[in-house]
Amino acid sequence: MHFGLEHYLILSAVMFCIGLYGALAKRNAVVILMCIEIMLNAVNIALVAFSRYLVPNAVLLTGQVFAIFIITVAAAEAAVGLAIIIAIYRSRQSVDVEQADSMKG
Amino acid sequence: MAVEIAFWILAPIMVGAALAVVLLRDIFRAALLLILCFFTVAGIYITLNADFLAAVQVLIYAGAIGILLIFAIMLTRNLKEGNPFNRLKLPALIVALLVFATVVGVVVSTNWATVTGVSQAVEMPVDQPTTGYIATALFDQSKGFVLPFEIASVLLLAALIGAIVLVKDRS
Repeated sequence: MHFGLEHYLILSAVMFCIGLYGALAKRNAVVILMCIEIMLNAVNIALVAFSRYLVPNAVLLTGQVFAIFIITVAAAEAAVGLAIIIAIYRSRQSVDVEQADSMKG
Repeated sequence: MAVEIAFWILAPIMVGAALAVVLLRDIFRAALLLILCFFTVAGIYITLNADFLAAVQVLIYAGAIGILLIFAIMLTRNLKEGNPFNRLKLPALIVALLVFATVVGVVVSTNWATVTGVSQAVEMPVDQPTTGYIATALFDQSKGFVLPFEIASVLLLAALIGAIVLVKDRS
């Protein structure tokens, strides 16, 4: 296969699925947040690969602009998410998501 | 050719580091390998002609988010529990593999060479510094993203205040 867009998209898919598996199968809330960051990075790789390879011999900047916005939102999400995890740890002395079930019906 | 060699060096390190984040017992080592993973993503951005984005990736992900994660692990670490799986280990693996198979099927079967030109996007030649062009793409009068940029600043302010309120000691 000719080296190009497909390689980057498959790398992105591999990273996204590793992150998805970790986010679904882990018990520690900090690790779940780390896996969500892996998923966001995978999406960014796909966006930047599209910006580079979709039109031959040119770079479309829109994909890179989208990646910048995703990085901004990821930084805000990491700050608020870790603050919530620390607040939960203070009240329960645990960051196990299976024990944080007081809103369960 | 150099791009291809760099890709085949960076991609296995990235996937290995991401797998280690999921599979390692020690959360602290997982966080350090996640930072390695962020650095390799910055390298992949450089192979994709996105130098400004690579710098942003190192500053924000490897720097800010990495340090934030390590702080959170230090504040909430429970050494005897480690990094366990929950009881959804097998169903989650099946879901992840199904998503992977679907995405790879779509990527391989799609003909990506159909797009020849896009009128609404800022274009630039390959192998040039991107910083100036990204400024045009963000702030251009007709093609730019000025309103989302301003909303992002409000979002960051809200996240800043929200994080402080959440972790503030109430006593």
